[in-house]
Amino acid sequence: MTATRLPSGGLVNRGNPIAFRFDGMSLQGFAGDTIASALLANDVLLTGRSFKLHRPRGFFGAGYDDGIMVERIGPRAATNQLATVTPLEQSGDYRSVSTWPNARTDLGAVFGVFGRLLPAGFYYKTFMLPTFHLFEPFIRRAAGLGRVPEAAWEPVSEARFGDCDVLVAGGGAAGLAAALTAGRSGASVMLVDDGPSMGGRLIADAIADGGWRDAVLAELASLPNVRIMPSSTVWGYHEHNLLTVIERRPGDAPDLDFRHWKLRAKQVVVAAGAFERAIAFANNDRPGIMLASAVRSFINRFGVLPGQRAVVFSNNDSAYGTALALARAGARVTLVDARVQAPAEGEGALKAAGVELITGSRVTEAFGTKRIEAVDIVVGSETRRLPCDLLALSGGWNPAFHLASQTRQARSVWHEELHTFVAEHVDADFHVAGAARGIFAASEAAADGMRAAAEALLRVGIKAHLPDTPDLPDLFVARKVEPLWFVPPKKKSAKLFVDFSGDVTTADLGLALREGYDSIELVKRYTTAGMGVDQGKSGNVGVIAIVGALTGQATSQVGTTTFRPPFVPVEFGAMAGQRSSERLYPWRHTPLTDWHISAGAVMYEAGLRWQRPGYYPQAGEGWHEAASREARAVRNGVGVYDGSPLGKFQLRGPDVPALLNLIYLSDFSKVSPGRGKYGVMLSDDGLIMDDGVVFRLDEDRWLLHTSTGAADRVYGHLEQILQIHKPEWKVSVLPVTTQWANATLCGPKARDVLAALKPDFDISGSALPFMGLVEGKIGDIPVRVCRVSWTGELSFELNTPARHAEALWRCVMEAGAPFGITPVGSEANHILRVEAGYISTGHEVDGTSDAIDLGLGSLIGKSKPDFIGKRSMDIRRKYDPERIEMVGFLPLSPNDLVPEGAPITPDNDLTNQEGFVSACVMSVVHQRAIALGLLRNGKARMGAVVHARIRDKVIPMTVVPPVFHDADRARVKS
Amino acid sequence: MLIITCPCCGPRPEGEFVCLGEAVPPRPDPATLSDGEWVDYIANRANARGPHLERWWHVRSCGLIFTIERDTLTHAVRALPEGAG
Repeated sequence: MTATRLPSGGLVNRGNPIAFRFDGMSLQGFAGDTIASALLANDVLLTGRSFKLHRPRGFFGAGYDDGIMVERIGPRAATNQLATVTPLEQSGDYRSVSTWPNARTDLGAVFGVFGRLLPAGFYYKTFMLPTFHLFEPFIRRAAGLGRVPEAAWEPVSEARFGDCDVLVAGGGAAGLAAALTAGRSGASVMLVDDGPSMGGRLIADAIADGGWRDAVLAELASLPNVRIMPSSTVWGYHEHNLLTVIERRPGDAPDLDFRHWKLRAKQVVVAAGAFERAIAFANNDRPGIMLASAVRSFINRFGVLPGQRAVVFSNNDSAYGTALALARAGARVTLVDARVQAPAEGEGALKAAGVELITGSRVTEAFGTKRIEAVDIVVGSETRRLPCDLLALSGGWNPAFHLASQTRQARSVWHEELHTFVAEHVDADFHVAGAARGIFAASEAAADGMRAAAEALLRVGIKAHLPDTPDLPDLFVARKVEPLWFVPPKKKSAKLFVDFSGDVTTADLGLALREGYDSIELVKRYTTAGMGVDQGKSGNVGVIAIVGALTGQATSQVGTTTFRPPFVPVEFGAMAGQRSSERLYPWRHTPLTDWHISAGAVMYEAGLRWQRPGYYPQAGEGWHEAASREARAVRNGVGVYDGSPLGKFQLRGPDVPALLNLIYLSDFSKVSPGRGKYGVMLSDDGLIMDDGVVFRLDEDRWLLHTSTGAADRVYGHLEQILQIHKPEWKVSVLPVTTQWANATLCGPKARDVLAALKPDFDISGSALPFMGLVEGKIGDIPVRVCRVSWTGELSFELNTPARHAEALWRCVMEAGAPFGITPVGSEANHILRVEAGYISTGHEVDGTSDAIDLGLGSLIGKSKPDFIGKRSMDIRRKYDPERIEMVGFLPLSPNDLVPEGAPITPDNDLTNQEGFVSACVMSVVHQRAIALGLLRNGKARMGAVVHARIRDKVIPMTVVPPVFHDADRARVKS
Repeated sequence: MLIITCPCCGPRPEGEFVCLGEAVPPRPDPATLSDGEWVDYIANRANARGPHLERWWHVRSCGLIFTIERDTLTHAVRALPEGAG
């Protein structure tokens, strides 16, 4: 046994043991442990394999700077749980990831031997090979992180909005002092820290604070204007001080896994601390090599001693605390200080604790495979080998600049003493305090937290009541760092890792530079340094410094990469909360949904979340049989469909005709009350936006129809014209889509059914002609009947206020029964409109076609000098007269249905697309496949044979005019 | 998520609005422009790095379309005098 639980110390509850399993081993930890601390207490150091090379890896950090993830088989199966921050759970069953069969015996470790086959840029280079598909399954299996469990855990999460005067991110000395200052001053405060207990390094470094932390927490807890949020992380800064915060297992809601906050804070104090960084040397990734600060965390927070024979390697004062903590816990310790001159009080303290001190020395290489066994150090020209089972490293500290960086307003500057980037002060509604701006001594950090809070309060006009600065011991903190990024290896083939998550070595950085990726952002993307699980929290600045050294630049000139949210991994389920699928985007239903469902309809979306019947299958029918039967009923007898979702706007005012003449091709000047006109609407870039019929209700009021899916778009279009471009026009726009529902009768017997409904108005062809509108009553039900058609048959749209919809529909079904009336869904509608050659938004109207392309040129009002889209349409035609035009197609083989969207290419030519099939159905009139589509120069190619190409088949088709039924519109106008 | 001040309703979260993009001048009479000038009006935008004028539609509330000045770098928003833009 080398790593072991100490008999006392730490915040774990030794009275509450927790049994758990890891890779099949039965182990025991305590309440308060993370998975990592419990594994270390059981002397399990080898906990995973590296992402690319499958090298053995163990814990390197003790928090979010570590990248070891485990899969939780149960309870609540989940993959990729970060071991150093996930609380140990009773009966937890964990498994290492990136390993097979397990971390101890991993067959993928063969990569470690052939590592030179996987250099930087390996993925880029391989993805570009034409043979990539041969490697893909292998790479995916080898490079994957955790496996996704069969029955995934669905976390219970709630979303909450909040606001406060001052949000403090981080609950260490600076954060506690900032929260206390703001809280005492009467501001509303939220104090957020990712640890289960507030205190940060006050706890992890076991700082003798004389009870200051407890007193501050007690006072904050007593203040009603302060909310303390442990186990929570501010993971994103968004515009105008919106913070996204994940709260894990909130104490006030035991049934919740997460609470996800969107917080609007007037002021933000970023007191997020700092991440220690490493020094690279040969084999610096062996299990048992850890950050010096992580060793202190394991000892002081969890009562776990990670090794008995320890070497501490440092270039600054902060690791002296680690050496002393190790010695106090009973380990034999050697401190290797890269500096020639050790600090006087450090030298004395080490001597008193029995720690061996070697100055002016460096660790050059680690030995051991599955765990560290020894290190080589150089002292002068002499190399010495020190046996050890733990190496604690400190290469300096990187302030947690991330949140400030996400504001895009804070800039970082190079700190010449600390050799790292710190946030430059900016005049803004966020403030950086404490270690996050390079102030590491606890009492100085606390004072800085008070300063930041006072500045924040000043900006919101609250008088600051400053507490007394606490007297905290400030020994052994990094005030000055001797820069040391890597120790050159003796062997050229040695691996010096600069990023453990992405398996990036110093050699990879050199290769990226040699291949011409000379900016730090490019080096990052090419090597994946900083793109792994830990997002470069400990490695990033080292990468920048080494790139500087290799290119002969000062580190400050290399620049930094951009930090983006999330700061720590956040479950998507936590962000979504209860707002999944339909709850996020609710369906829209017509008042007739219940009737459709009771009639057996298969419902699906018809645009803008509207649910409509697709078809009404009878016993033994699939969709094709049902849709064909419904379409035949419309062609031969009568059908009825629910057209309620169609977009409807009531326009009112003297300038409506001017508006219509501007937005549509056609001339609306001569439309009289009770009559309508079909219109095609272009955007001002000359392409079709929508089509629909506009009726004039009376002198003043008009009713504009849009496609179901285009209603919102058209509404925005109308409002922009009226508010921006023509503010002098007197027109009001009232969206009335959901005010009205409709039952649309269609088929040769439609008039018979309408007559059987006994309307109190004349429905003869002369009184109510095609494009006519009449208002009246059917029984007690008020109706507005429009004669439009999208089926190629005589058609009456019976509109009624939504509350009467179901009554009207039942009357229609009853009156229509003797005529064999058949309810019709979207699928049959589609067959009917393709046969009749009517265009559909999203099919033929694909965002590239203009009105003339679709055969609608005759609609253009000849006397109109201008309408929206006219000029652009003219310009496009002037410079590129050869157009892609709408035509019909008949597949040579009558049963060949062409998938909609299939490209049309010249025969034997795979790439030269000359059009596409927009719709293809089995015609009920012709008993064969018919299609519509767009074809280059199509109108001039009638009778030619073209070729639709799908994955493994070429379908020859004859080009025909795009109307297959009722070409003279006699039936529609009957 | 920005906070946008609607001249009618006051400061509201961005989710209530739809962004209509850079504020272009009212639609000119196409007959007065050359082909190139027309294409420029339709297609080309300044896409400023820094302060620029943009239109927002308060669609989930009062329905007003108005113009604000927003800094595309800092998101600092400045209201415009009434009737501007």
